Amino acid sequence: MLLISCPNCGSRDETEFHYGGQAHVAYPENPNELTDREWAEYLFYRDNTKGAFAERWLHSTGCRQWFNMLRDTVTYEIQAIYPMGSPRPDAAGKVTADTGTASTAADSTTTGSASPDISGTSSSPTSISSTTAPEGATP
Amino acid sequence: MAETAAPANSAQKNLSLRVSPAAPLGAAFEAGSVRGVVELREVPFLTMVGLRVNRNSGAGQRVASVTGGLPAGCGSVSGTGDTSVLWLGPEEFLVVAPTEAHESLGGDLIQALREALGGDAGQVVDLSANRTTFELSGPRARAVLEKGCSLDLHPSVLQAGTALSTEIGNIPAVLWKTGDESFRIFPRASFADFLGRWLLDAMREYASPEVP
Repeated sequence: MLLISCPNCGSRDETEFHYGGQAHVAYPENPNELTDREWAEYLFYRDNTKGAFAERWLHSTGCRQWFNMLRDTVTYEIQAIYPMGSPRPDAAGKVTADTGTASTAADSTTTGSASPDISGTSSSPTSISSTTAPEGATP
Repeated sequence: MAETAAPANSAQKNLSLRVSPAAPLGAAFEAGSVRGVVELREVPFLTMVGLRVNRNSGAGQRVASVTGGLPAGCGSVSGTGDTSVLWLGPEEFLVVAPTEAHESLGGDLIQALREALGGDAGQVVDLSANRTTFELSGPRARAVLEKGCSLDLHPSVLQAGTALSTEIGNIPAVLWKTGDESFRIFPRASFADFLGRWLLDAMREYASPEVP
């Protein structure tokens, strides 16, 4: 069982979350101009990375918010958690050492004083530097 | 479904026809409760309102003045008097109020919230029939919940007056710690029977003398 640190709620069991597939798959600028093959590739073709993989998650039984996660598909180590819409943190470890809750939204509470500290563990982006993650296809 | 518009003679409606989601388990709750150890009962027909509003916006401040504040972050609960507001998400809140606050019984809470929101972005939705309320209390209440909830429920971590949306017995529910030894659990109506029976099963061992 993964222990996932939701940017709003803190660490919760994996069963509270839903997986949303690969992150940073941009909607085509002009879908009408795509060939059938290009459209099919946009819809169905995803990276099958061995190593650090950026993916979307939804805290479905908690705050019901989406967020992105950088996870190692081999070790399952959660390397970073960052808000939707923000660029993928450099896998070499340029993530801010901000307890993994890199939320910038005004009302998206990070683990501040108002938030109960229910975290047994929290993902530590600081450990990224120690991991020479094999980098697959970087979008 | 809850009433969406109050009939003219709402006060004269025959309330005895209402059936709460866990009403069939009422006798079982009574029999399964262990006095002074762990007790379970349903608190039926509480008024609940789903709020979606940015609490920093003008509408959010107007709504907050009706409810007595909007909670700031995960776990926090605000409100005045009988009305409480539980944090469900960054812009999503659940207002819990007594039965009488419902507009079908002459209450004006929902209408006041609608007027406070006005035409701004957000939602005020009557969710009174969406969830029911279980009240689990007693010195063993925490032990019962710990059988099916992975949150740290130890009083040094989870303080009274905290409400968290999580999973209990594998179903999604909102858990609100109302006192040192009392919890309110809000399961969806369709899960009420399952969670009621699950809690009764989890409580059963405390009816027997403790095995040394």
